[in-house]
Amino acid sequence: MTEQKHILSILVDNQPGVLSRIAGLFSGRGYNIESLSVAETIDPLVSRITMVTMADTPVVEQIMKQLHKLINVIKVYELTGSSYVQREMALIKVQARPERRAEILRIVDIFRCKVVDVGQGHYTLEVTGDEGKMDAILNLLKPIGIKEIAKTGIIALFREPK
Amino acid sequence: MKLTGAQILMEVLKEEGVDTIFGFPGGVVIDIYDELAKTDIRHILVRHEQGAVHAADGYARASGRVGVCLVTSGPGATNTVTGIATAYMDSIPIVIFTGQVPTQLIGNDAFQEVDIVGITRPCTKHNYLVKRTEDLARIVKEAFIIAGSGRPGPVLIDLPKDVSNTKIIYKAPKKIELKAYNPTYNPNMKQLHRAVKLIKNAKKPIIFAGGGVVLSKGSKELTELAHKTRTPVTCSLMGLGVFPGTDPLWLGMIGMHGTYRANMCSGECDLIVAVGVRFDDRVTGKTDTFAPNAKIVHIDIDPTSIRKNIPVAVPIVGDCKITLGLLNRLLDKEDLGDLKTKRKKWLDQIDQWKSTKPLAYKQEDIIKPQYVIEKLYELTKGSAIITTEVGQNQMWAAQYYHFKKPNHFITSGGLGCMGFGLPAAIGAQLACPDKLVVDIAGDGSIQMNIQEMATAEQYNLPVKIVILNNQYLGMVRQWQELFYDKRYSGTGMEHAPDFVKLAEAYGALGLRATKPEEVEPVLRKGLSSPKTVIMDFVVEREECVYPMVPAGAPITEMLLA
Repeated sequence: MTEQKHILSILVDNQPGVLSRIAGLFSGRGYNIESLSVAETIDPLVSRITMVTMADTPVVEQIMKQLHKLINVIKVYELTGSSYVQREMALIKVQARPERRAEILRIVDIFRCKVVDVGQGHYTLEVTGDEGKMDAILNLLKPIGIKEIAKTGIIALFREPK
Repeated sequence: MKLTGAQILMEVLKEEGVDTIFGFPGGVVIDIYDELAKTDIRHILVRHEQGAVHAADGYARASGRVGVCLVTSGPGATNTVTGIATAYMDSIPIVIFTGQVPTQLIGNDAFQEVDIVGITRPCTKHNYLVKRTEDLARIVKEAFIIAGSGRPGPVLIDLPKDVSNTKIIYKAPKKIELKAYNPTYNPNMKQLHRAVKLIKNAKKPIIFAGGGVVLSKGSKELTELAHKTRTPVTCSLMGLGVFPGTDPLWLGMIGMHGTYRANMCSGECDLIVAVGVRFDDRVTGKTDTFAPNAKIVHIDIDPTSIRKNIPVAVPIVGDCKITLGLLNRLLDKEDLGDLKTKRKKWLDQIDQWKSTKPLAYKQEDIIKPQYVIEKLYELTKGSAIITTEVGQNQMWAAQYYHFKKPNHFITSGGLGCMGFGLPAAIGAQLACPDKLVVDIAGDGSIQMNIQEMATAEQYNLPVKIVILNNQYLGMVRQWQELFYDKRYSGTGMEHAPDFVKLAEAYGALGLRATKPEEVEPVLRKGLSSPKTVIMDFVVEREECVYPMVPAGAPITEMLLA
């Protein structure tokens, strides 16, 4: 069977140690975590973990069952295969020599991102989008010179029926 | 009412009906011990914290109730880890209380501080660090619910010293709600109907039962199903006793050291009704070749057990007892009249396997370990509670003691934990004071928790220990003989203590048999004594457990004696 990317959305008790239980489950059973993002939901007692993992179908079925078995896990959804929106965000510190500044700003414009910090030799850009957009902007900025990058994992939600 | 954390703990333990705690005190649990002494709860002082957990485990397995233990922080807590992992692998309900340094010292590398919640996260069903006395009662109640329900397991509660000795106004917690914890007890009826159809149409079915049937107390329903449908039954190590070992439909244990007929059945059968099992590698052998012709109906309360190792045709998540009961009711509505004739050919085939390749050994000049177990079975009429250590002793006990009832075979199946048998026997004896409890041990594993002899003596527990003494770590030696050209690296154990003198040193009775004709008199004398007894049987040194399926081979390819 072939491994595929699966996006899991996991609602958990917002308590210390819960993330460690989930990370421990993955490392202990040899599952992989491609990316992970965690934050409180509108209910302060509940956090949402959005996780991306590479696995074949039986393994992802087992992962979901194992997650559900943890006492602090309230719900596990798989988003892949249904209709959902996904976003990541990145802060990209890009080298900005005088002759490239206009070009960078043009890219910022095209990708609808923002310049959030500016200095003698750099711009820091804030980019949000799905994976495709992230890859595209990084490809364009690489030749100009990326000094540093900080990226979140994927966050995602189901689309509601129209 | 103002109560300290320790007093609140006692209140809740009493409410939970706890009558026995296995423990070992230390600095941060003195407050709890101080309150414990004021209650009717019996405290059993073990000699090592690992023994406390195994004893609570043995108590739980023999009684079907939740076992409880209490230890101090740091080394007290780390010493429980092997016991906890043992209980976790075998799904045994226990609650472990560990002391912890005061909350304001946590994280400071304080004296006897260890992050036991972090350490035991992967080997507990759940665990807690109590940070406020106000949360204590609720957490303890939750722990008992979690440990004993669904697929049971150990739950650990870490209790900082200030949580135990702070006084608060105590109000008993109202109904406990665990919003995300909701085990499925009742099976899906559609799947059950599919199972009925498969059972009716199968020509060569078997039932394969495991520890889940013991835990759900579903032995009666299982036996009814087998008899009603004329289906032969095999068990995993953990399931032994859920189906009478004397029944004509009994196949013996399946797996690496299973009987010839049980293993052959798995290769030939067209249907496996698997109940309360998890298809461990010691059962399946090579998974791709396991039961190649069979459809599998898998009943288990834990969804993760289903389709973890092998594909399943009919998955049924539910409590084994409830599910088997419903299955029997559905089968009652079916016409099963022709099953007797329909199954005859299959049962004849099994009888033929049984008569041509039975479990066998030859008793000659030196005592054979199998002979000791057979004699033990005879003299106890198969009704003793048997605990075991791990290795050859465990396998011979499983093969030659024909268990009639559940909760009578207490063994470390999943973890394979040497040193389990003696403390587990202590726990079982305390749970069942009127029963004969026998630990079947090897000379190697008995030494791993031999210190618990003192515990047995202190509480006058007439536990009987049968040592099959071959001066080897026998199971590893067997692998070395069969697969490593007899290079016995690290397995010779010529320097054991004199077990008879050791028994006497502890104040127990010590007996020894060196010749076959001494086996029965020694067993008779030992079993009838009111004392703790060690019986040392000097057995054939290089006897092997057969049948044996080499690790990773198909289960039908057995080495026979």
